[in-house]
Amino acid sequence: MTRFVAGRIGFYTLVALLLAFFTIPLLWLASAPFTSNPTYEVRVPDFTWENFQIILDHPYALGSLVNSLILAIGTAVLVVVMSALAAYALSRVRLPGRDALLYALLLLSSIITGTAAMVPLFQLAIELGLIDSHTGLILIMTGGLLPAAIFMIKDFMDTTPKSYEESARVFGASPLQIVRHVVVPVVRPGLATIAVWTIANVWGNFLMPYLLLSDVEKQPAAVIMYTLYTEGGQANLKVLSTFGLLYSVPVVLMYLFVSKKYGFRFHGGIKR
Amino acid sequence: MAQQTSPPDTKALDESPARGYSSDAAGLGRLRAGAFVAPALALIAVFLVFPALWVIYLGLMNYRLTGIAAAEPQFVGLDNYLKALSDPGFWNSTVLTFQFVLGSAVIGQVVLGFTLAWLMRNRRGTLKSVVEGVVILAWILPSAVVAFLWVALLDRDSGTLNALLGIPGFAWLLDYPMLSIILFNTWRGTAFSMMLYGAALGNVPPSHLESARLAGASGWQQLRDVVFPHIRGHILTNLLLISLWTFNDFGPFLLTAGGPENKTEILAVYVYKTALQAGDLGYGAAISTIILLINLVVAIFYLRLLRRKG
Amino acid sequence: MAAIELRGLTKVYPGGVKALDSLDLTIPDGEFFALLGPSGCGKTTLLRTIAGLETATGGAVVIGGRDVTRVQPGGRDVAMVFQDYALFPHMDVTDNIAYPLRIKKVAKGERRAKAEEVAARLGLEKLMDRRPGQLSGGQQQRVALARVMATQAQAFLFDEPLSNLDARLRLEARTFLKKLQRELGVTTVFVTHDQAEALAMADRMAIMEAGLIRQIGTPSEVFQRPANTFVAGFIGSTPMNLLDAVARGDTLEVAGCKVPVPASAEGLVVDGEKLVYGVRPEYMTYQAGTVEGGLSGSVVILENLGASHLVTLDVGGVTVQGVVAEGEEPALGEQGAVVPRSDRALVYRDGELVAA
Repeated sequence: MTRFVAGRIGFYTLVALLLAFFTIPLLWLASAPFTSNPTYEVRVPDFTWENFQIILDHPYALGSLVNSLILAIGTAVLVVVMSALAAYALSRVRLPGRDALLYALLLLSSIITGTAAMVPLFQLAIELGLIDSHTGLILIMTGGLLPAAIFMIKDFMDTTPKSYEESARVFGASPLQIVRHVVVPVVRPGLATIAVWTIANVWGNFLMPYLLLSDVEKQPAAVIMYTLYTEGGQANLKVLSTFGLLYSVPVVLMYLFVSKKYGFRFHGGIKR
Repeated sequence: MAQQTSPPDTKALDESPARGYSSDAAGLGRLRAGAFVAPALALIAVFLVFPALWVIYLGLMNYRLTGIAAAEPQFVGLDNYLKALSDPGFWNSTVLTFQFVLGSAVIGQVVLGFTLAWLMRNRRGTLKSVVEGVVILAWILPSAVVAFLWVALLDRDSGTLNALLGIPGFAWLLDYPMLSIILFNTWRGTAFSMMLYGAALGNVPPSHLESARLAGASGWQQLRDVVFPHIRGHILTNLLLISLWTFNDFGPFLLTAGGPENKTEILAVYVYKTALQAGDLGYGAAISTIILLINLVVAIFYLRLLRRKG
Repeated sequence: MAAIELRGLTKVYPGGVKALDSLDLTIPDGEFFALLGPSGCGKTTLLRTIAGLETATGGAVVIGGRDVTRVQPGGRDVAMVFQDYALFPHMDVTDNIAYPLRIKKVAKGERRAKAEEVAARLGLEKLMDRRPGQLSGGQQQRVALARVMATQAQAFLFDEPLSNLDARLRLEARTFLKKLQRELGVTTVFVTHDQAEALAMADRMAIMEAGLIRQIGTPSEVFQRPANTFVAGFIGSTPMNLLDAVARGDTLEVAGCKVPVPASAEGLVVDGEKLVYGVRPEYMTYQAGTVEGGLSGSVVILENLGASHLVTLDVGGVTVQGVVAEGEEPALGEQGAVVPRSDRALVYRDGELVAA
C-alpha cells in the first residue's frame, strides 16, 4: 500500500516537473501581449489591447505576415500538385528505375538540408537572379520539400485499393476522369496533410528567407521577428510579444484543426 | 529547408517485382506517368540535387563573395580541406556540434521523449492531452518565436527561470551558453521522440507485459525484458533521425548567433558565418561538403535499418 | 447480351510466370459460369483478362462476336464487381450506382432515375443517401450489383462476389445472386475458390490449376465424373476416396479387397496395370461385417455431418471413407464394409479418368 502511494507521488511529481519544463517558456507568450508595459517577467496581464494597436502601426509587421502567407500558400500549392502527380504515377505505374528513384529521393531528402546546401543555394539564387524574389524562394523551398512529400503521399496512395480505379476503368472512365472522379477525392485527406505540413514548414522556416531575401518589404514573419529582437537598442517588447503571438496563432490553429479532423497522425506530423 | 517527418515506410521499395497484378491500375501508360513525375523531378534536380553536386565543385575553388576571387575564382584543389584541418575554428565547431548533438538529441530528446511516452502510455483524458499538447506546442511554434521566448526565459535580470530559482543576475546565455542551447533544443524537439515512442509502446503486445507481470516482474524488469527488446528498432531509428536533424539544426543561431566568443558556434552556424558573413564561399562550401558526407553516412545507416525491418 | 469466347488465351507476366496457358473456352449467351480453382491457379487473371485489366500475351478474347483483345476495358461493354466491391467511398449510393451512366454522359436526372429504379429492384431504396462506409457488407454487395446492372453491359464479371460476407449471409447471397442472374439473363462469369459456391450457383464451370483448365462441365458432371484426380480431389465437401488399385481381370484389387471394375471403365483396363480407384464417400453404402465386392475394415472415426455421418474405415492400413444416413451409424471399432455404387465408381490412369 505504501509502495503504491509512493509510486503515485513519484509519478505526479515527475509529470509536474516535466509539465513545468515545457510550460514555463510558453507563459510569457500568453501573458506579455496583454500586459500594458511588458518586461521579460511573466506577470498576470491586465488585458489591454493597446499592444495590438501598436502592431497595426508597425511598418513591416502585418506585411511580413502577408509575405509568410504568400510563401506558404505558394509553396503548398506547388508541393501538393507536383507531389500528388508524381506519387500517383509512382504508386500505380511500374516505371523503369522506379525503385532506384525512390531510394535516391529518400536519401536526398534526408541528407541535403538547409545547412548543407546554404552556400550553393545562395550562389544559385544569385546566378539565376532569384535573390529578393518570392517566386525564387518558393521554387527553392518546393524543391526541398518535394521528396519527403512524394514519399508521404505515395505511402497514402499505396494503401488505397487499386480496385477503385480499375472499377472506374471497366465502366469506361478515361485516366484523367479516373484521377478527377476517384483518385483525388479518395486521397483528399492525404493531400490536406501534405498541404498543412508544407504550410507549417514554410511558415516557420527562418534560414532560407534570411539567406535569400534582403528587402525588408519582402521578408516573412520569421525574419522580421528575428530582426525585431536582434536589431540595435532596447528590444520593443510590446511589438515583439504581440507579433510573436500573431505569428504563432495560425500554426496552432492549423494543428488543432488537423488533430481534430484527421487525428494528429504521427505520419503526417508537422515538423520543420 | 530540412524536411523532417516520421520515417517514411519503405515497404514499397521491397515489393517483389512480380506480384502478379497489373502494374497500371488506371491505364495511365508509361508516357503519361512520366509526364506526371517530370515536373517534380525537374524541380528537385535543379534546387536540390544540383546544389548538392555544385557544393562539391565550389569547395575546390577559392570563391569569395566579393573581390577578385568573386570575379575570377581559381581552382585550388584540396586547399580548402587542408585549411579546415588546421583551422581551430573548424575543430572548435566540430567539438561543439558533437556536444550539442549528444546533449540535446541523444540524451535530452531521447530520454525525455521516452519518459513522457512511458508515463502517458496507459492514460486517457485531460492529463494526457495537456501534457502532449504542451510538448507538441513547443515543437510546432515557429523557431524565431521560440528562440525569443527562451531569450525572455533566460534573461539575466527579470527572466522567469532566475525568478523561479531565486538566482537573479545569473547569466545563462553568457556563462553557460552550450547548456542553454542544449536545454533549448531538447525543449523544442522532444515531441518527435515522444510520439515515436508512444507509437512504439502501443505496439508492444499487452499479453507480453501481462505475462511478465504474472511472473512477478517489477516495473524496471518489465521495461528491460519486455519493452526494450520490442522497441529496439524504434530507438535506433529515432536516434539516427534526431541526430541527423540536430546535426543540421540552425536553430541555436536564433538564440545565441554562435556567441559568446564562439562558444555555441556549431557547424551549421560556422558555415553561415564563414561563407555568407565573412564571404569565404569556397571554404564554406568545403565545410558544407563535409557536413553532406556525414549526413550521407548517417542516412545510409538509417536506410539499411529500414530495409532490414521491411 | 453476348457469348464470351476465348481462343488460345495466354498471359505471361514479365519475369516468365505463365498465368494462363493457351486457354480455349466458350461461354454461351446468358450462362452463369464459374471459374473455380485454388489460389494462384490463374482464375482471377483470366477474369481480369476478359475485363481488359490485364493484357493478353497471346490468343483472343471475343465478346458478342467482336474481338476485343486489344480493346481498353471501358470499350468492351462488360461490367465487373470486385472482391472488395470498389464502391467509391466519397459518393453516396445513388452516385455510386449512377457512376457508369455519368461516364456515358447520361443526363443527371435520367441517371438518377435509372439508379433509383435499379436500387428499388435490389431493395436499396431506403439507403440511397448513405455512403458505402455506412452500409453492411451485404448492402455493399447489393450496391455493387446495382451498379453493374445500371450499365446494361453485355456481360457481368464477378470476382469472388461472396468472399467478403460472413458465412450465414453467404448462403443467402448465393440464392439471391442465382435468382438475379436467372431474371436478368446476362452472361455472367464469376471467380471463386469455394467449390460448394461454384456447384450451387453455376450453370457450368471451369476448374483451373496452374494456368490450365482441367475440366469444363455442369456441376453434376464435375461432381459425378471428375476428369482427373485433381478435380476429383478439389470438388466435394468430403474428399473423394482415391485409392491405389491393380487390375485383376474384371476386378480391381484395392487395399487388399476385391471390387468390380466400374461400369464406366469396363473393357478399358489392362490386366495387371496400376490404377487409381476413385469413389466419393456419398456413393458408398455401409454394411456391418465383411462384404463381397466391398472394402472391409474396422471403423476408426465417426464424424457427424448433421443429417448423416462420415465413417472412416481402416482397410488393411488404407483409410477409406463412406457416408451413412442418420441413425444408421456403426459403433466405433466395429468391423464393417463400405460398398461402392458401381455406376459412380471411377478409375484413373496416370491421373486421368479412364472412360469411353
